[in-house]
Amino acid sequence: MSDSTDTVENAVETQHGCPVQNSLGQRVLHASRDQYVSVIKALADEGYEMCVDLTGVDYLEMPQRAIGFGIQPERFEVVVNLLSLSKRQRIRVRVQVPVEDATLATLFDIHPGTEAHERETFDMFGIVFTGHPDMTRILMPEDWDGHPLRKDYSQGSIPVQFKGAHS
Amino acid sequence: MTVISAGTAEGGQELLSRSELTAKELLREVGSVLRLSEAEAALLAEVETEAPEDQTMIINMGPQHPSTHGVLRLMLELQGETVLRCKPIIGYLHTGMEKTGEALTYMQGGTNVTRMDYLSPLNNELVFSMAVEKLLGIDGDIPERAVWMRMLLSELNRMSSHLLFLATNGMDLGAVSMMLYGWREREDVLRFFQKVTGLRMNHNFIRPGGLAADLPAGWRDDVLAILEGLPSRLEEYEILMTGQPIWRERLQGVGVITAQEAIALGATGPILRSTGIAWDLRRDMPYLRYDELDFDVIVGQYGDAYDRYSIRFNEIRESMRIVYQILERMPSGDFRIQNKKVTPPPRARIDESMEALIHHFKIFTEGFKVPEGEVYVAIESPRGEIGCYIVSDGSSNPYRMHVRAPSFVNIQTMPHMMRGGLVADAVAVISSVDPVLGEVDR
Repeated sequence: MSDSTDTVENAVETQHGCPVQNSLGQRVLHASRDQYVSVIKALADEGYEMCVDLTGVDYLEMPQRAIGFGIQPERFEVVVNLLSLSKRQRIRVRVQVPVEDATLATLFDIHPGTEAHERETFDMFGIVFTGHPDMTRILMPEDWDGHPLRKDYSQGSIPVQFKGAHS
Repeated sequence: MTVISAGTAEGGQELLSRSELTAKELLREVGSVLRLSEAEAALLAEVETEAPEDQTMIINMGPQHPSTHGVLRLMLELQGETVLRCKPIIGYLHTGMEKTGEALTYMQGGTNVTRMDYLSPLNNELVFSMAVEKLLGIDGDIPERAVWMRMLLSELNRMSSHLLFLATNGMDLGAVSMMLYGWREREDVLRFFQKVTGLRMNHNFIRPGGLAADLPAGWRDDVLAILEGLPSRLEEYEILMTGQPIWRERLQGVGVITAQEAIALGATGPILRSTGIAWDLRRDMPYLRYDELDFDVIVGQYGDAYDRYSIRFNEIRESMRIVYQILERMPSGDFRIQNKKVTPPPRARIDESMEALIHHFKIFTEGFKVPEGEVYVAIESPRGEIGCYIVSDGSSNPYRMHVRAPSFVNIQTMPHMMRGGLVADAVAVISSVDPVLGEVDR
C-alpha cells in the first residue's frame, strides 16, 4: 500500500487547470471556488455525464491538514463524485469553502440531480449554494437551529426540538 | 410554540400555491419540480405556467399513507385527478446516522450502516466494509472464501429485496394476494439469513476484514432449497401479474422517464436500466469476483413502470443464476483476513494466552486505527449505486462517513414521472421507484 496521506511527490499532473491527486488509486481534482463550475462543466463535456454524489466535510478538527499543491485548507470542503458511463470511470472534485463565506455556486444547471444533494449539504453543513432554485432544508425541520454535521454541533447535548409543541 | 432560533430563515420546504409565486418563481419551481434547469424548463413548451388557480388544489399524500412505503410525504397540485406538480418532502425518518457514524469505531460502524437500507442490509455493510478495507489497504488481501460468501449473501439479499418489491408493487396496484406471496418467499431467504447471521435483518455480519462467522453446517442445502422452490413460485407470479391485461394497463406507459433525464437526475439501478441503458456496477465496474461470473444485465426499453417491474422480476432469476455459480465455486479457507490489526483472536486462543485476551479487549474497546485518507467506494445495491465516502483522520473512528443512498437520489425522479399523470398512477410511480425511506433520510 502506498502512503495513504498521498501528498503527491512526483510531478503535479493537472486536468482543466486543477491539480490531480491520486487518493488510494482514485482520481481526485482539487478545484478552486472560481474554477469549480467550469471544471464540472468541462468534465461533463468530457464524458463524466452523471453526478452521483455531492457532499460536504467539516475539517474543523483538522485545520492543519495537508492537501498539497499549495492549496490553502479551509474549514469546509465540498466533495463531488462524478461518473462516466461511457468510459466506466469515476473522478472526484474537491473544493475548499471557507467558513467566513460558506457559499458555493450550484451545479443545478449542469447536473439537475444535485438538487437534493446540495439541499442536504446546506442542511447539514450550512454551505449555501448560490443559484440553487430551492435552497431550503431537506432532512431537518425548516425551523431547526444549526447544522448537525458540523463538528462544533455536539452530539446529545441539544434539547430535542419539536415543531409546534406546546411549552 | 417556542421560538427556537432566528437563524433559520430559509423558509418552508412546502410546495407554494401559485398565487404566492411570481411568474419567474413559478417557472423556477416547475423547473425544480422537473429537476431541470430554468432554461430547460422554459424550453418545455407544455409547461403550463398559468393553470387557473381556482381549478387546482394542493393536497398532501402522506406522510402516513400505505403506498408511500414509509414516511414519505408528497405534496401534489391537482387539477381534477391530474397531477400538475409534485414535490416529495422527506426527512421524517432522519436520525442523523451519518453523525452517529462519526462517533462509532470502524468496528461498530456496521451496526449503523446496516440500518439505512433495511431491505438490503448486507449490501450496506458490504460497501462500508469495502471502503474501510480500501483505507486500510487490505482490500486485495481478503480471503477468497470471504469474498465468495459476501457475493452469496449480497445476491440472496438482492432476491429478498426484489421479492418484497413484487409484494408491495402488487399490493399498491390491488393485487393483494401478491403481497402475501412476496412476503412468504422473502421470509424463506430471511430464515436462511437468520441461520447464518443470527438475525433476520440488520445483520452486522459483513465486517471490515471479512465476515463475522463462517457459514453454518448444511448451508448449501438451505440455499438449494430456496433456489429450487422459487422458480415455480415465480411462474405463479407471472400468471398472476405479468400476463394480466389489468396489470399491464396499470403499469405500461405509466411513469415514463427517458435515458437523458435519468442520467441528468443521477438515477441508478432499475430506473436507469428501464430507460435502455445497460449500466450495472457488477458488470461495468466489477467488484468482488463478479467479473468471473456469468449473468445478464436486464434492460428495459420504454422507461415506464412496467419495465421497472419486469427488470426487478428478472433480476431475481439472474441472481439465482449467480447463486448457483457461487455454490459451485465456493472455495474453502478462511472467512476473514488473518491480520492481527483488524481481526480479533479466535475464541480458543483467549483461554490460553494473556496477549490474546489483551488484544481482544483492545480491539473491541478501542477499535483499530485507520490511516489518514479519503475514499469513495460504490457497489450495486438492489436499488442502484450505493456509495460510501469515508474520510479518516488516522483514529479509530471515521472523521466523516457519508453514504450515497440510491433511494435518496432516485426519489427525485418521482415528480418527473408523475407530472401530467393521474393520482392513481402516482401510487404506481412511487411503487416502481421502490424507495426505502430509512435510506432516504438516514
